[in-house]
Amino acid sequence: MTDAAKNTSGPSLTRVPEMGSAPIGSAAERRLAELWESTPGWRGRLSTVDHKVIGIRYLVTAFIFLLMGGVEALIMRLQLARPDQTLLTPEQYNQLFTMHGITMIFLYSLPVLSGFSNYLWPLMLGSRDMAFPRLNAFSYWVFLFAGIFLYCSFPLGQAPNAGWFNYVPFSGAEYNTGPNIDVYALGMVLLGISTTVGAINFIVTLFRTRAPGMSIGRVPILVWGTLTAAVANVFAVPSVSLAFFLLWLDRQTGTHFFDTLNGGKPLLWQHLFWMFGHPWVYVVVLPAMGIVSDALPTFCRHPLVGYSAVALSTMATMLLGFGVWIHHMFATGLPPLALSFFGATSLVISIPSGVAVFAWIATIWLGRPVFNTAFLFFAGFVILFAIGGFSGVMTAAVPLDLQLNETYFIVAHLHYVLLGINVFPVVGGIYYWFPKFFGRMMNETLGKWSFWVMFVGFNLGFFPMHLLGLLGMPRRIYTYAPHMGWSTTNMITSIGSFIFAAGILIFIVNLFVSLRRGSPATANPWDAPTLEWAVPSPPPVYNFAVIPLVASRHPLWEDRIDEGGGRSSLDHGYLLMEGRETIGTTALDAIPDVILKMPEDSYAPFFLGLFNALLFVGMLLHWPDFTALMVLACCVSLAVWMWPRKALLQRVPDYDKGAAHG
Amino acid sequence: MAETIPLDRPLPVGSEGRRSGGWWGVLALIATEASLFTYLLFSYFYLASQTEQHWPPEGLPELLVPGVNTAILLTSSVCVWACERCLQRSMMGWSMAWMAFAHILGIIFVAVQLNEWSKKAYGMASNLYGSLYFTITGFHMLHVIVGVVILLVLLLWISLGYFDHRRYAAVTIGGLYWHFVDVVWLFVFTTLYLLPYVG
Amino acid sequence: MDDQKIAPLNYFLHSYGPASMPTMYLGWVFVAVLVAIFLVVALLLLWAVLHKRSALYPPTIRREAQGMQCIYIGTGITTCILFAMAIYMLVTLNAVAKPTGAPVLTLTVTGYDWWWKVEYEDDDPSRRFVTANEIHIPVGRPLLIKLKSADVIHAFWVPVLAGKTQTIPGLTNRQWLQADVEGSYRGECTQFCGVQHAHMGLEIVAQKEDEFRSWQDAQRKEATISIDVMAGQKIFLDQCAGCHTVRGTEAVGAHAPDLTHLQSRRLIAGGLLTNTPDHLTQWITHAQQLKPGARMPSMVLTAAEIGALSAFLSTLN
Ligand code: HEA
Ligand code: HEA
Ligand code: HEC
Ligand code: CUA
Ligand SMILES: [Cu+2]
Repeated sequence: MTDAAKNTSGPSLTRVPEMGSAPIGSAAERRLAELWESTPGWRGRLSTVDHKVIGIRYLVTAFIFLLMGGVEALIMRLQLARPDQTLLTPEQYNQLFTMHGITMIFLYSLPVLSGFSNYLWPLMLGSRDMAFPRLNAFSYWVFLFAGIFLYCSFPLGQAPNAGWFNYVPFSGAEYNTGPNIDVYALGMVLLGISTTVGAINFIVTLFRTRAPGMSIGRVPILVWGTLTAAVANVFAVPSVSLAFFLLWLDRQTGTHFFDTLNGGKPLLWQHLFWMFGHPWVYVVVLPAMGIVSDALPTFCRHPLVGYSAVALSTMATMLLGFGVWIHHMFATGLPPLALSFFGATSLVISIPSGVAVFAWIATIWLGRPVFNTAFLFFAGFVILFAIGGFSGVMTAAVPLDLQLNETYFIVAHLHYVLLGINVFPVVGGIYYWFPKFFGRMMNETLGKWSFWVMFVGFNLGFFPMHLLGLLGMPRRIYTYAPHMGWSTTNMITSIGSFIFAAGILIFIVNLFVSLRRGSPATANPWDAPTLEWAVPSPPPVYNFAVIPLVASRHPLWEDRIDEGGGRSSLDHGYLLMEGRETIGTTALDAIPDVILKMPEDSYAPFFLGLFNALLFVGMLLHWPDFTALMVLACCVSLAVWMWPRKALLQRVPDYDKGAAHG
Repeated sequence: MAETIPLDRPLPVGSEGRRSGGWWGVLALIATEASLFTYLLFSYFYLASQTEQHWPPEGLPELLVPGVNTAILLTSSVCVWACERCLQRSMMGWSMAWMAFAHILGIIFVAVQLNEWSKKAYGMASNLYGSLYFTITGFHMLHVIVGVVILLVLLLWISLGYFDHRRYAAVTIGGLYWHFVDVVWLFVFTTLYLLPYVG
Repeated sequence: MDDQKIAPLNYFLHSYGPASMPTMYLGWVFVAVLVAIFLVVALLLLWAVLHKRSALYPPTIRREAQGMQCIYIGTGITTCILFAMAIYMLVTLNAVAKPTGAPVLTLTVTGYDWWWKVEYEDDDPSRRFVTANEIHIPVGRPLLIKLKSADVIHAFWVPVLAGKTQTIPGLTNRQWLQADVEGSYRGECTQFCGVQHAHMGLEIVAQKEDEFRSWQDAQRKEATISIDVMAGQKIFLDQCAGCHTVRGTEAVGAHAPDLTHLQSRRLIAGGLLTNTPDHLTQWITHAQQLKPGARMPSMVLTAAEIGALSAFLSTLN
């Protein structure tokens, strides 16, 4: 970099960033707001690249999907409440549980975490936006369109119906003739694009756009969780995209990957699916565990015990998570030696999870907990995580899994982990960050109600499923006979589900009530230690009027913590206001090394996303001309998007040209 | 710690320098694309190891044309590298020439590969090997075509005078992608053309 | 076996053979250990939340480094327990993976949408025979089951006797089992296989050696058709023989359960109905109502035809 400094040829290519402060209302602050504000109205809405807007969009969309998937589940529970019910036809039931699984796994659980991370990363890292704001917008649009795409066949009664893991040959052309599976296959490839670009954006954001001094050992655990998940996505998502693409080829062009008559292998599908599938289940919980690791200390007034241990355990879980996929395939007739190996690694994976559990308990123990709603959700989460993890340990034991596999025991396990480690932290996280998002506090009374109703309903609804599994009830059956001994337990489960749903309803009511009538929130209502609480609630468009300088993991607690060391500087720092700018720092130590030019709002992401989705519609409907047209449209949007822009100094500015050529 | 961070140094602005955001981004993209090809080749090996069919159906593959084509693709990579070096030295003419040459080599590769395809006695749907062969090479072909378009666009941008010895991030990034496409071909080539001779 | 009647698939409390017994114990031990650890974790958490903080508790925020020993101890204990659990798991796997002795009998069970075809193998081809959904075995003897699929993936599972194994098209999986107690044991398909996955049951009947032999001999016989049911037989040959086989007649359909000894079976239609004359006629005329989507159509027959057909079917014992 000193190199670059020496041969400075134009004023714009290198500069010493100005230091200063910009209190609210000052001229500098107003200029910043002007620079970062989107155009009002629908134009602004379509073209905005503000990570906060995108984050909220992710959260809201994912929540709507949670409600849709939840309503599907409730209908299923009505059907299963008593034996020999005929509320649903078998085919309707199959579509319901498949769409329920797809919705919850792909359209709710990761996107909701992307929402948090999108909103919070730049604020936590002390940056003005993500590394690729437009890619961020694109990733959201594609997610939205993929969700709509996956759902468009539902009203027509042609929704995917082969379960979320969609085993061949049942999902092949021979046994599944409708468009159902094509919708799923193409939808998943489309969604994979969104997930991948989102993941890349997180990775680059972490390595590039932290505030000076926010060295890698000072980032919040949520960042570690999301980073780990993003890296995992980069490696795992291609597997499932490929599997679905090959399936689509098999169905549409007559290739033979899964076609047993011609040498194809159904097990190839299972391998490709679970090589993705298992890492994915950690992808959807590690950031949520990060939420707890960051929020719990706030309410305990004690730094997270064992920061490095928890960060390491996050990564260790993910790493091991790539080596256990066979535990979903214990019953496929693989040799016992292979099963032993994968059973053993699955047991080992409990160790890093244990580290996190002990860290949380120690943090609560040493701290002075404040018993508010968010804290209840996080403490409740620890219990649910333990139960879900322990049922996982039982299924990891190979011989036992040969019994438990594909029974309601698995359904119990997956709901304990998915709801326990995803939904509870997410709802807790919303209670925690709602003031930051909207500048208002959430109602505590309703909050406590929502927690207790959800917690009781959840355990009443899902704990008995373990017993159903031990009583031999297979999953994915649309009805059962009275003499199987499952009737009472199913009734309890159904009642619990509705109680849980009532809890969710209270939570939603609370959201709306608080949005209108919540008491105004200060910048840091919880007395939290991390950077996002240093900015007003809700944060201004530009996030930080000056880029903060960070000197510890707990910039807002430095006065009280007996840590010693330096003091972060939050009001005085880089101003950076010659256009939309933020600071780029080195990957590990966060030493400033570049002034990043951030892009303006743009329609390109929206249109690229739209054309991309339409391209898949064309493929689904076998319209080759339309598809080709959409490919072209995508190319044009991309070219517009990528064209080097002077404003970003991506190409030589005119006044500089002579010198450059010289 | 804050005191050890130098805050008063001049900093480059925008995408100058090697470590631009896009550089990181394309690396991550390459990682995910590389996994895609890994899974493709995994599928190939998985199915090949269990097959009872003739593998490959036409007997051992002919090596001459694909071998030369591999060389062509690798040469093209070298040209892109040369283009970037020339750009760094402000040799605009040379840099354009190298890029144009790289682009043409890319097109030749595509043409030769299309010809290879047309010579096969089987298609996508004829047998398992055909499905694998055409899907794997097809995926690669798709990447080459995207790469060729990228090279063309870069050529255009260079000729419009957008880049110079200090601003050439786009070329580095596009070039990185092109090198990746070429390296992946080595794996595909080894798997589909060389390994049948071994096993 | 009374409990078993209440919940016939309850493998957690019941096991009737060496292929599942060690697993049942493993289940008990794991549950006990995990419940104990859960109690410890839950109590720790509760205590952590509720324990009294003394007034002297530091008002400042404490350093991070504290409390690490909690993680060290916890992780150390976890690792030891998991190690022991892993060993026990491997021992059990070893115990249930291989038969106790050379199998006395080999069966091929093929999953169909949504019923099971059962072939009894024999070195002498004339002694082989085929039946459906109901498997008789000699008590106390290990047997080998080859698992195949005719269409999609199913899973063969008779929980109180053994764990489950998928039947995968293009692949022959193997599993063994043995029943040490006489009785009939319910099984289910546990891999989602389409609309009637819920009704793809089977039954294993473990009998004394001699009872089993005579059952086998009876099954090997062809159907003996008496002259009074010729009318029914004709209807059967016209309407049903495209799918069903009745050995000893011209009916050799291969897409549906072998009906040669239909009356010897307790249940029909993948365990959906008990095999009573009433249920049989209902099934034949209303298969699609009883088991929507099943691969057997609801047959349109006149009352007279039904009578004749039922008479014919009732002789298939
Ligand atoms: C969402 C997240 C998630 C998480 C975090 C997990 C976590 C784990 N899962 Fe789970 N799993 C799913 C989601 C998840 N799972 C889903 C969705 C399925 C079903 C897919 C389908 O079929 O539809 C599934 C299915 C599944 C199976 C396949 C079952 C089958 O189909 O037959 C197995 C088998 O090994 C398994 C194991 C585990 C293990 C060992 C863990 C471990 O990571 C758990 C570790 C945690 C703990 C153990 C608790 C904390 C630890 C301590 C307090 C320390 C002390 C502990 C001990 C001494 C034991 N899971
Ligand atoms: C994050 C993931 C997630 C979540 C949150 C849930 C939530 C629920 N799930 Fe599900 N489930 C899965 C993931 C999830 N599930 C997966 C992956 C499968 C496997 C699928 C497969 O086999 O392929 C599965 C399967 C599954 C089954 C097994 C089906 C079968 O095998 O036959 C059942 C059965 O009871 C079930 C039930 C429920 C219930 C009752 C809820 C409840 O928690 C739902 C609670 C309700 C709500 C959240 C909605 C609240 C709505 C209102 C209160 C109305 C308000 C409305 C408006 C304001 C408009 N789920
Ligand atoms: C198109 C094929 C087809 C035709 C025609 C057909 N069946 Fe079936 N049948 C089946 C199939 C498939 C099953 C298994 C259904 C299941 O359990 O899901 C079956 C099951 C049965 C069963 C129960 C067997 C058992 O042990 O579970 C009986 C009895 C039966 N059929 C009788 C008949 C009679 C009588 C006719 C003619 C009047 C007939 N079937 C016509 C396909 C057919
Ligand atoms: Cu067969 Cu489920
Ligand atoms: Cu798993």
